Amino acid sequence: MIKIINLHASVEGKEILKGLTLTVNPGEVHAIMGPNGAGKSTLASVLAGREEFEVTQGSVTFEGKDLLEMETEDRAREGVFLAFQYPVEIPGVSNVNFLKTAINEIREHKGEDPISAKDFMAMVREKSALVELDSKLASRSVNEGFSGGEKKRNEIFQMAMLNPKLSILDETDSGLDIDALRIVANGVNKLKTPNNATIIITHYQRLLDYIVPDFVHVLYDGKIVKTGPKELALELEEKGYDWIKEELAL
Amino acid sequence: MTVIEGNNISFTEKLKGTSLPIQQEDLATALETLAVTSMPTTRVEAWKYTRLTKIGKVNFTNEEVAVNSIDNYRICASEITLVFVNGHYSEVLSSRQLPEGVNVELISKSTHQLEKTSVKLEGEIFNATNTAFLNDGVIIRIAANAVIEQPIQIVHILKGDYVISNFKTIILAEKFSKAEIVQGFFTEGGSANFCNSISEINVAENAHLTINKIQYESEESFHISTEEVQQATDSNFKINTFTLNGGLVRNNLHINVNGKNCESHLNGAYLLKNKQHVDNHSVVDHKVPNCESHELYKGVIDDSATAVFNGKVYVRPDAQKINAFQSNANVLLSDNATINSKPELEIYADDVKCSHGSTTGQLDEEAVFYLRARGLSEKSARQLVVSAFIGEVIEKVENEEVVTFINKKLKERFDWNFD
Repeated sequence: MIKIINLHASVEGKEILKGLTLTVNPGEVHAIMGPNGAGKSTLASVLAGREEFEVTQGSVTFEGKDLLEMETEDRAREGVFLAFQYPVEIPGVSNVNFLKTAINEIREHKGEDPISAKDFMAMVREKSALVELDSKLASRSVNEGFSGGEKKRNEIFQMAMLNPKLSILDETDSGLDIDALRIVANGVNKLKTPNNATIIITHYQRLLDYIVPDFVHVLYDGKIVKTGPKELALELEEKGYDWIKEELAL
Repeated sequence: MTVIEGNNISFTEKLKGTSLPIQQEDLATALETLAVTSMPTTRVEAWKYTRLTKIGKVNFTNEEVAVNSIDNYRICASEITLVFVNGHYSEVLSSRQLPEGVNVELISKSTHQLEKTSVKLEGEIFNATNTAFLNDGVIIRIAANAVIEQPIQIVHILKGDYVISNFKTIILAEKFSKAEIVQGFFTEGGSANFCNSISEINVAENAHLTINKIQYESEESFHISTEEVQQATDSNFKINTFTLNGGLVRNNLHINVNGKNCESHLNGAYLLKNKQHVDNHSVVDHKVPNCESHELYKGVIDDSATAVFNGKVYVRPDAQKINAFQSNANVLLSDNATINSKPELEIYADDVKCSHGSTTGQLDEEAVFYLRARGLSEKSARQLVVSAFIGEVIEKVENEEVVTFINKKLKERFDWNFD
């Protein structure tokens, strides 16, 4: 689904990603773990198309297309979804109204007719129930006055509404209490199909108790230095990142 | 031809003095003012950010002309619609199916003298011009206890080059009445025309009056309006000012809260591009206790346009228990856009609750990115964030037809879909 080859990216002239390579196939869940400053969020930002990040080398192919050549909105329309680490509050913009615009722009991109008001509202009801998001919150201003947990649930609600092929969850677990974490993980698990894929970027192993990854990658100093099965996450949690450093003599 | 000597202004040279029944004393003061007053420069505090040179250079004229239709200028489908072209009443385009409780009189048809004006004439060159060269005006009286369901619509159209309209609107909302006035200001072709408008508004005891004012004149035009409002005990006055187009626009809004237990609401939105200049000056003067005022002005400024906000709230000695809130917020869409914002509070009482604030920033790029990451085009994303910002002011308008008209004009001018 997505092929990242030797990706180098810098921000304000400082190189953060230093040759990252990763392939994700449909139906897979990949966890990317790593210490602070390893480049986890930079990877998410580059994939989503943030302009502050400059790709200096390498390629990213999504479903055979050059992802890096696409505008942010076109990436979303092609099926890439980023759950933000810090979801933005947008006073005055209603959550459902903007989602309706988004869905219709995506449908237009695919040459489909706009969604009917009835189908849309049915979808809102169904998907908000999935993440136990109060339907009142769903129609309020985007993230305004939401608690941390509500913001993250809203991200997964949007993900459910947009039905992406590839979801990138950027530190979706940070700051969540165990109940919210369980709800968020449940939502992600229910949305999983053999045709879509998920990249979970996280600092902690905790989320991976609920969303079981097929692969765990360790990102360190801008590169993936180790890949293993789900048990690798437990090992990391136990031994810390220094262990990797020593083992690999970095 | 009236020639005024002894000052540096020539813009009234080609105008005919008014023949309307205004008070001799007012006329004398106006002429005296014009004789001794120069065009204000930016050294004058009230005009610090608004340069009037362009107005001073034009030799304005006034003539009665016709327009074919008001389809583009009709804000709502009211049966009480008064149309003025270059300050002259258009019988054909107007509709005067007056319900009981509404009385409309043209100053030009009036049989008795106008009362002494409540606006300041001394030193005020535009007020003096309006008085000395008054083309016409309208007196609208809402009878005591009358509740008028339909809005009373007043449409002003300027047509031709170098045309000035000196117009006066007098609104008398009598005791316990309730009414809404919709005012529209437009131009049909032409350049360097000038709408110089004065409204004298009297809101009597326990009366409710709302004014929705829409300005959509060309980028080559000038507009100066003055609203002088008197509020009596228990009255409620609300004015929403939307400046959607115009070259040089100045709104002077002066609310005298003379009676206790009043509510005053002042909302404004201005959306500018190219080289437009829009200046909103407001004064809320709390003279007595137990009143509240709410002021919210928001602006979106693009290209090399300039906006000015100067809002003053006075709380006079002994005007205790006043709640006065004032807020001005601006979004600059370009590096060359300018806002001069000056919120001012002058409080001489000690038991009041007052606040004021001013914010200016760029469009929230994080919000735009967030929306794009969900599949919205950059244009839709920006539009959505702008509409959310300005929507807070549009929401203050209760009349749905007015909201629809504003959205239509925003679409026309900025290609923004706000609904």
